[in-house]
Amino acid sequence: MKNIKIKIDNIEVIVPEGTTILEAAKKVNINIPHLCYHPDQAIKANCRLCVVDVSGSRKLTAACSSFVYEGMEVHTNTKKVRDMQKGILELILANHDQDCLKCLRNGNCELQALCQRFNISKTNLVDTVDALPLDDTNPSLIRDSAKCVKCNRCVDACQKVQEVHVLTHSHRSVHYNITPAYEMPLEQTFCVFCGQCAAVCPVGAIVEKDDTAKVWDAIYDPKKHVIVQVAPAVRVALGDAFNLPKGTIVTGKMVAALRRLGFDKIFDTNFTADLTIMEEGNELIQRLTKGGTLPMITSCSPGWINFIEGRYDHLLAHLSSCKSPQQMFGALSKSYYPEMAGMDPKNVYTVSIMPCTAKKYEAQRPEMMTNGVAEVDAVLTTRELARMIQSAGIDFVALEEDQFDNPFGIGTGAGAIFGATGGVMEAALRTAYEVITGKGLPSLNFTEVRGLSGIKESIVLIDDMELKVAVAHGLGNAKILLKQIEKGESPYAFIEIMACPGGCIGGGGQPIKSTRDVKEKRIEAIYKIDEDLPLRKSHKNPDILKLYDNYLGEPLGHKSHQLLHTHYHSRGMKYNFSELPNHK
Amino acid sequence: MQRLEGVRQMNSTKTESFGILTRELAQEIDKTINHYRSNSTKLVGILLDIQDIIPKQYIPREVAAYVSEKMNIPLSKIYDVISFYAALSDVPRADYVIQLCDSVVCKVTGNTTLRDTISQLLGIKEQESTPDGKYWLEYTPCFGACDISPAMRINGKVFGHLTTQDSVKAVLDQYR
Ligand code: SF4
Ligand code: SF4
Ligand code: SF4
Ligand code: FES
Ligand code: FES
Repeated sequence: MKNIKIKIDNIEVIVPEGTTILEAAKKVNINIPHLCYHPDQAIKANCRLCVVDVSGSRKLTAACSSFVYEGMEVHTNTKKVRDMQKGILELILANHDQDCLKCLRNGNCELQALCQRFNISKTNLVDTVDALPLDDTNPSLIRDSAKCVKCNRCVDACQKVQEVHVLTHSHRSVHYNITPAYEMPLEQTFCVFCGQCAAVCPVGAIVEKDDTAKVWDAIYDPKKHVIVQVAPAVRVALGDAFNLPKGTIVTGKMVAALRRLGFDKIFDTNFTADLTIMEEGNELIQRLTKGGTLPMITSCSPGWINFIEGRYDHLLAHLSSCKSPQQMFGALSKSYYPEMAGMDPKNVYTVSIMPCTAKKYEAQRPEMMTNGVAEVDAVLTTRELARMIQSAGIDFVALEEDQFDNPFGIGTGAGAIFGATGGVMEAALRTAYEVITGKGLPSLNFTEVRGLSGIKESIVLIDDMELKVAVAHGLGNAKILLKQIEKGESPYAFIEIMACPGGCIGGGGQPIKSTRDVKEKRIEAIYKIDEDLPLRKSHKNPDILKLYDNYLGEPLGHKSHQLLHTHYHSRGMKYNFSELPNHK
Repeated sequence: MQRLEGVRQMNSTKTESFGILTRELAQEIDKTINHYRSNSTKLVGILLDIQDIIPKQYIPREVAAYVSEKMNIPLSKIYDVISFYAALSDVPRADYVIQLCDSVVCKVTGNTTLRDTISQLLGIKEQESTPDGKYWLEYTPCFGACDISPAMRINGKVFGHLTTQDSVKAVLDQYR
């Protein structure tokens, strides 16, 4: 590709043809203000905040949507440019509920940062916040259109990445808005609560439902034994919130912080990820050898479950009946755990730390009960945990490393890689291969299913059986595999689907600014954790073996079915047009 | 139990009963869609035709959802279109939809008398309907009746030279 030489604020910069002014400026550390621009998304060019002065052009130019040309001279800091940008910000603020002190994005908000940069404290325009009612009736997300700057990033995530098509722009001019069809609350739409919209929103207009207060209450309640589990993807992302380099592995400090917060026991979801492999791997073997619906599809991503239960409920037979690792942990925390410790399950309060907003929804599903109590009492996203740590005044970076507690403290490498797309597949193959053949695997790494390409596939030879498998992440990609199944053309025996791009490391509850580059670093970190662990196969986890010996019996046995499996069912979100009334 | 409420509430809202979409209406909609060969670039035309045969002249959610399924277009996209075009409505209007032009020529020739007279006679403002659901008032861009301006449209029929109260009243009298 041709290189182009331009000047930005008199600094020379050479970039490949097809680079935008905004990206070229980044190269020389000039940060042109922007709101609708997002590095992973298509150009939208609707906020006009990124305008710059290009010599020879009378009008100002949007830097996010204009490509460089040879000899271009750009000025980003002229009076005209700054006045325009200030003007736009003032207009946005005039229609913005300026509620920073109470806003979840306080201190982490792109609009706030821009106002600080332009020294705008209060607009002299008359405020006319004209907004739709607050949508806060679902367990996962809150949409507050009074804070929406109408940048359309969430629409891009919902339509182009996830292809769920819940959010859209609607109406015109002053009534222009971002909303689901007919202004429906999210839970009455096909929304899967993946939170990918919240993850790209520059402001506090879509945020996770904050459950930290509930957790503080439980911690301070002397009658409650409060335990916590942490998902595999959290430990490679939490550090972002404390300005550590992206992809830093903070497992030990995270455990230490949780202990300081006052949790009675700190456990690892990697343990129940291993347990999931035991159950799901054996379910696959059973379907392969005894006959059963194939391809079998994984069931650990609740955003994905919401998707299939909503839109593709005719394909539910393909789902594994396993609960997710979060709920398997929850079920054990209200059965095995209190029985061993001689406690009443009612006094155990189980918290999960998850990279995911859909996990909040999953935990509230009516069927996720064990011994008459909720399996998981509260779910916090990585962002909420970071807020709790900050609010407790803990100096995270300075913490001494600590270790998970027993009996759910040992996770293998197989459990760890659940956090990245392809991980469940790889973990399952490590176990299925050895269980079926009775032989050790020559190489543990199934690298074909790793990485960020949308759909990955592989063929594994197990004895003389050729097992075709596929992995999809992001629901847009999942759709492609589902359409194959619909047509009866799926060549696969086993499919892994994760709702979020990149898998859980890119979950909707991860620290803000989880861009593609950041996801790559987190994936590297996840496989590093795997490589460094002495145990890398779920069926070699000694505590898992003990759990089966002492309590569960065998995989897919009676007790397992009772505690670790469930029935997924249609969400009943589709209209049934076959039963229309006749004209009265 | 509080934790279950959210989810229960969710599951109860699923397929709301059909108030407007009858079997007959569905057949008419099928005809319209077939007439346009299910061509998604003709969505606006299709929706306008459908709106014409729905009482109160709007596209309710269940109808939009029906079109969405038949044409394989996301509901959100259909809503985007309905809310974007002034000629389409996502809320019930009325038996008679009165449209006033608010473009330049009509403004110059004085459509204020027209507007005030209607507001007075019917007691409604822009984007409002009378309590009996009979009349709805809205503004539209120019509909090409500039030569007889100031003009209005009722259910698509154009009336011009509406400069006096009496001329306005005479037109409304035709719609009782
Ligand atoms: S969205 Fe940003 S600017 Fe708006 S109230 Fe929240 S923190 Fe403040
Ligand atoms: S949570 Fe996911 S499905 Fe729901 S609106 Fe956001 S992006 Fe769309
Ligand atoms: S909700 Fe957030 S991402 Fe969506 S348009 Fe509004 S400000 Fe942008
Ligand atoms: S960032 Fe360029 S127009 Fe929004
Ligand atoms: S300006 Fe009113 S009809 Fe053309």
